[in-house]
Amino acid sequence: MSVTSLKAKLMQGNQACAEGAIYAGASFYAGYPITPSTEIAEILSERLPQVGGRFIQMEDEIASMAAVIGASVTGAKAMTATSGPGFSLKQENIGHAMITEVPCVIANVMRLGPSTGGPTSPAQGDVMQARWGTHGDHPVITLCPNSVQECFELTVKAFNMAERFRTPVFIMFDEIIGHMRERVVLPEPGQIPVVNRKKPEVGPESYKAYEPVDETLVPPMASFGDGYRYHVTGLTHDETGFATTKPEKMAAHLQRLHDKINNFLPEVVDYEEQSIEDAEVVLLAYGSVARAASRAVKDARAAGLKVGLIRPITLWPFPGEAVKKAAAKAKAVIVAEMNLGQIINEVRVAVEGQAPVYGVLRADGEPISPTEILAKIKEVL
Amino acid sequence: MRDHWEIRFGGTGGQGLITAGVILAEAAIIDGKNAVQSQSYGPESRGGSSKAEVMIANDSIDYMKVLAADVLLVMSPEAAKKYCPEVKDDAVVIIDSTYVKDEQPVKGNVYRVNISLLAKQEVGREVVANIVALGVLVGLTKVVSWDALVQAVLARVPKGTEEMNKKALQVGLDAVKGLIDAA
Amino acid sequence: MNPEIAQYYRVNKLPHIWCPGCSNGIVVRSIVEAIDKAGLDQDKTVIVSGIGCSSRAPGYMNFDTLHTTHGRALAFATGVKLAKPELNVFVITGDGDCTAIGGNHFIHAARRNIDLNVILFNNNIYGMTGGQYSPTSPTGTKATTAVYGNIERSFDSCKLAQTAGASYVARGNAFNTRQLTDIILKGIENPGFSFIEALSSCPVYYGRRNKKGGPADMLKWQRDVCVTQAAYDRLPEEKRAGKIITGVLHHEPQPEYTAEYAKIIEKAQGGNG
Repeated sequence: MSVTSLKAKLMQGNQACAEGAIYAGASFYAGYPITPSTEIAEILSERLPQVGGRFIQMEDEIASMAAVIGASVTGAKAMTATSGPGFSLKQENIGHAMITEVPCVIANVMRLGPSTGGPTSPAQGDVMQARWGTHGDHPVITLCPNSVQECFELTVKAFNMAERFRTPVFIMFDEIIGHMRERVVLPEPGQIPVVNRKKPEVGPESYKAYEPVDETLVPPMASFGDGYRYHVTGLTHDETGFATTKPEKMAAHLQRLHDKINNFLPEVVDYEEQSIEDAEVVLLAYGSVARAASRAVKDARAAGLKVGLIRPITLWPFPGEAVKKAAAKAKAVIVAEMNLGQIINEVRVAVEGQAPVYGVLRADGEPISPTEILAKIKEVL
Repeated sequence: MRDHWEIRFGGTGGQGLITAGVILAEAAIIDGKNAVQSQSYGPESRGGSSKAEVMIANDSIDYMKVLAADVLLVMSPEAAKKYCPEVKDDAVVIIDSTYVKDEQPVKGNVYRVNISLLAKQEVGREVVANIVALGVLVGLTKVVSWDALVQAVLARVPKGTEEMNKKALQVGLDAVKGLIDAA
Repeated sequence: MNPEIAQYYRVNKLPHIWCPGCSNGIVVRSIVEAIDKAGLDQDKTVIVSGIGCSSRAPGYMNFDTLHTTHGRALAFATGVKLAKPELNVFVITGDGDCTAIGGNHFIHAARRNIDLNVILFNNNIYGMTGGQYSPTSPTGTKATTAVYGNIERSFDSCKLAQTAGASYVARGNAFNTRQLTDIILKGIENPGFSFIEALSSCPVYYGRRNKKGGPADMLKWQRDVCVTQAAYDRLPEEKRAGKIITGVLHHEPQPEYTAEYAKIIEKAQGGNG
């Protein structure tokens, strides 16, 4: 610790997210003030111009999302941050970014809802909004840090995935993670790889804006102003980028949006396991709750109970295979989340009835404690 | 010496308790320890209830919230009533007797210090009560080194107020010197 | 097509989807003529649009083109322009797109005076969805959602733009293309938020239901009611009723947003900006 502590700092989760964006090469932020995410905007308003980037506070959440997409088509790595109600307002344009395959990052610092709810109270109520908040069929990538260090690292990863897959990527953390300060060790430049978007290798005359050129199925993306003079539309389009109403072209378009991510699940899906090998009770928790669960696992093991934890780092795509495998050997599965039951339904699907699934569910603005989880473990064993 | 500390500050918005928590956590980092600081607060910037929590450990910190405090500092009657029961039996409980007058049924070793009044009378500004409180807290617990505390305070406070804040720390430390020596 | 302007069109995407008699095509032609006259680099020019009939125009225009969501074109365009200020950014929008669902973005883009050239195709109706009244439909307009007549008052989008802070505001119409091209060109030359309302006509959904005659009648109506401010001032009082003033209505250069932001970058990087 003595060596690394030279670079160690106390940093807030929201600040780590902002610094992660800078590290990833972000050069554009558009946002609207909303508790508990506002620090991300405040910090980037100061930091972005220092690195030659640009910040704008837009007139509303909808406009913020629009400006992010506009910036990204010019080649900028762009992000916005918000909380539940603002996330709802952004959903229309998130749909546009999905179908137009415009890379961007949306941070959602989750608070208690619906509506204004508890603006300063932690919650994890937007998990399903991330999955299905926007309209139509679309895959999503959603990352969920459980520490300030991960706020930094997963923001870098969110940008990397946005560029790699040409898609909006969500990073979602609860108010506790966003506002808490914790010891972090920031990486040196180059220590974490930074991914940049694939540009066309052909000239404008043979460029088809939405034609994949390799097995990634991700079309190379020209920047506006580079002379390619191409068309971006939210209408279903063919490989040229122009609108089509031909059923086979529409089907191929939407299918490719899915395949470009689902064909690469091992590259995308991320989770962490703790003491899962011989676990008779499998816990599943994410974000700040995973830390309470981790403590509960240690306390349970100290008491001789065989308990393990799966912590999804990608909420979407959900690590269902890992859950299924762990459930096969378990007597019970317990899901702890700060809502009244969201990811638990995904867990039930993954478990396939191999074990009963219980919830430690809470939506009162208070964190879930290790004590509550331990009590549930003892109850179900 | 404990290797895992759960520290809670409770009071009213505007008393600087979140800042105090941040400073204490930064001092722990300077000491090469692990630290997590979290808080809860209402919509008010001034007034309303305010709570800051700091976990300090030599190794990793799982849960970031206080379950049972090793150290509690309360600076309002409401906070005293709410948090005094949630401490360990051997906890250090610091009560700002400027605002908390009523007897509280508490566990732990209780220290009553006129923190806010000392800030006003000895330092000249009640606004530094949070810094006086840190002097008291570290004086009693040694949870972080004194040097690290001074360094963290000076890094956080506005330019031009360094001397006043250094004095505030010393006033806090002096207030409990007798108590420590007696213990 | 006139070979002088053919380079600005995606000729292989024609014919367009607009109804016979629609004047959107006329307005688009004035835009490309103004771009040509201004000598803008075609590779550094971006056309952004929202949703609606006029917002389909960029699909036919040979530039980098961004067809966005309903009402949000100005917000997308703000992102394009701020991220890459060297681009010439045009926004094509309609009366519903700009003044109803996009009203908030409209006033704020004007307030920032960000260098966008906005051309509002005002046909007084929602055409794409089949003829519902819009915020610029005159009181009394018959529409599919105003079968008894529209009881709402209409926006003067030029006054709105000016009050919100646009540094250049003009109005033209599809009949007088020479004037329209000219006021768009002047808008391009204004480094700031340039707003041009182009009176357009929808014979199918607005004209027919409101007994305005055919496409030619609607253009003749534009010819008859539109006057410049100078001509209006010369008219006797009794002939002023019902006239629509066209030409440059407001031009007052103001600090431009992306230029001001460049100073912020300089300041943040330790310069004296």
